[in-house]
Amino acid sequence: MTNNNPLPPKERMKIPRQRMPEQASAERRVNFAEVNLGLSAALAHQEALRCLHCKSHHCFTGCPVGVKVKDFIELVLAGDFLGAAAKIREDNVLPAVTGRVCPQEEQCEGCCVLGKNGEPLAIGYLERFVADYERQSGRVGLPPRAPLTGKRVAVIGSGPAGLSAAGDLVQRGHEVTVFEALHELGGVLIYGIPEFRLPKDIVRQEVENLTRMGVEFRTNVVVGRTVTVDELLGERGYHAVFIATGAGLPVFLNIPGEHLCGVYSANEFLTRVNLMKANQFPAYDQPIYDCRGKDVAVIGGGNTALDAVRTAVRLGAKTASIAYRRSEVEMPARVEEVKHAREEGVQFVMLTNPTEFLGDDRGWLTGMKCQQMELGAPDKSGRRRPVPRAGSDFVMPVQVAVVAIGNQGNPLVQSATPDLRTNPLGYIEADPDCLKTSKRAVFAGGDIVTGGATVILAMGAGRRAAQAIHDYLSHGTW
Amino acid sequence: MYRIIEARFLAPEVKLFRLEAPDIARKQQAGQFVIVRVHDHGERIPLTIAASDATTVTLIVQGIGKTTRLLNTLEAGDAVRDLVGPLGKPSEIHYYGTAVVIGGGVGTAIAYPTAKALKYAGNRVIAILGARTRDLLILEAEMREFCDEVRVTTDDGSYGVKGLVTDQLEALVNSPTPPDFVLAIGPIPMMRAVAEVTRAPGIQTVVSLNPIMVDGTGMCGGCRVVVDGRSQFACVDGPEFDAHQVDFKILSARNAMYRAAEQQALADLNQHPPELHRCRLADAQPGAVTPP
Repeated sequence: MTNNNPLPPKERMKIPRQRMPEQASAERRVNFAEVNLGLSAALAHQEALRCLHCKSHHCFTGCPVGVKVKDFIELVLAGDFLGAAAKIREDNVLPAVTGRVCPQEEQCEGCCVLGKNGEPLAIGYLERFVADYERQSGRVGLPPRAPLTGKRVAVIGSGPAGLSAAGDLVQRGHEVTVFEALHELGGVLIYGIPEFRLPKDIVRQEVENLTRMGVEFRTNVVVGRTVTVDELLGERGYHAVFIATGAGLPVFLNIPGEHLCGVYSANEFLTRVNLMKANQFPAYDQPIYDCRGKDVAVIGGGNTALDAVRTAVRLGAKTASIAYRRSEVEMPARVEEVKHAREEGVQFVMLTNPTEFLGDDRGWLTGMKCQQMELGAPDKSGRRRPVPRAGSDFVMPVQVAVVAIGNQGNPLVQSATPDLRTNPLGYIEADPDCLKTSKRAVFAGGDIVTGGATVILAMGAGRRAAQAIHDYLSHGTW
Repeated sequence: MYRIIEARFLAPEVKLFRLEAPDIARKQQAGQFVIVRVHDHGERIPLTIAASDATTVTLIVQGIGKTTRLLNTLEAGDAVRDLVGPLGKPSEIHYYGTAVVIGGGVGTAIAYPTAKALKYAGNRVIAILGARTRDLLILEAEMREFCDEVRVTTDDGSYGVKGLVTDQLEALVNSPTPPDFVLAIGPIPMMRAVAEVTRAPGIQTVVSLNPIMVDGTGMCGGCRVVVDGRSQFACVDGPEFDAHQVDFKILSARNAMYRAAEQQALADLNQHPPELHRCRLADAQPGAVTPP
């Protein structure tokens, strides 16, 4: 690829990283519209000028799906935004999604050489820019489809892993059907990630692109109940199955009072708003507990916790807090989410561990008994383990609490597929490289194998699965 | 869209629907439920499957809130937006000896397939059907077809014996041949009262719980109930549980969580009825029809 950058490297390094235009915090606190507004073409060009065009291009290796970052940046510099989008699509079927929700600071941008002495190239902003440009142009450069192979693949789950695998498999000429349990397609992109971070129209557009590529989608099918894996491989005539059902069973704290009204799992709180549009009740029928004027606490420190607490802000909470048992540096959430949350008035109550939910005699939550923690020696995750401080109990007055401490494997597929091996946490055992399970012709990937991770890691698993499934269908050897 | 093949009132506000859903029909077992979404802006609600044939499932719906009232305005030829299932664990059907099946109000519709399966497994099945008043009694004739005995109670004495289902149950429990197994499905106070009657004599008792659900696949945890001091998800671990271990107080409280919103939605509906509303209450033939 030619170098379209007119500036010598020294000049490039003088350009500051471009700032993402965003809705003012006072404004966005009261609406669900997207916070980040996206770069203009001029800003995108200015940012792309910063790329050093390194020979080593660490940015490729930092990407779980191997997007050819440097190459698409070159196309941005050449003004060929559609070409840039098509370049990303060679490796990533959901660029408008990953441009918004990837933890770039740990991936491509974390590997960017510019970051050694300053701020890394804003690769995520540029990815989002070209994907949005492409979508708005109406000229989405869908990759060509190979001649039909006559092989049929069933993909279970329409989240990032399933969509990514479906896109790759259909390109290779296989017939692909994606089965989704809910009434809408997109999995966690629809029910989990809020509108203000990922507009649902974008997800619908990406699903539409896959439909145009030839993927068949079926909603309202719960594999394990409506149809089993064995039936898919038998009478339904599929040659391979990819299980990408996500980490679907919320973990609770198992402390007294967790059944009080007002205590939610993050999955439920977010699903009611994102999938069911409870924030628009009564125009939509599904309600959510009226958070207006209430004190809301979200327990956890990941992206899901941040999504929940920022949703609470928008639902009109009087106070919205994150209660996390470690300190802010250990929080797994993206840096940008923490920054945005703080701007929106979210309080961060660190080193705090709830021990009991307190309620009134009608069964409604009134407060949360907590203990203060301090950090001890590092644990298995490498983070310093929080230990309770004696005599530090206090009560946090809250009327709504959202538990966002992770998920377990959803058992529906596994329990109906006895020859599928799982681990003690309920996740499916699959080879990390080829994603083969213990059952012939069945592959699994994404959160149902790894436990709760990120959109892009699930997409990476979808890609690897598609490759392995393609190999299996081509050679027939297991 | 899932087409309605048949729709008719069994009692005031209680309507039977037969919906085209071959995949669900093929798999359905007694005790399982579906999640229904009536229209594009609709909520997801769980409804137990009363019966199924080769291509259709039968639901019996009591119009209580906005969604069930809306559903009850639909007729044959109409369709619901979404239907997914069969969800939940099927009823555990064994030979116990004498099984008492108690249906309170529309709970009878949920108990019906399990009662039939219990009979098929060789049990002597005694049904106790309770209703507030005669007009609200459903499926009596259908139960009589296969049950060894059917007892009917009404709160106001307009039909059967005046009193509660638990009066009849107590009489059976204290008889020389007490039941070996009890299934109770109905309002929470009824299920709780049944559990108390059978607790001391130690008769195995199962109830089918109806907590608030969203997805019905274990993903949201909204339907968690406390059974034997442990949290269980009714959608994947249930909906049937050991009645003596269920914390009914928590279930009642949680089911009231959205009462204010539900009342608002219902008031809005009453003020602005949907255009398709065609009230057929006048045509209702209480209790006189056979489900497929």
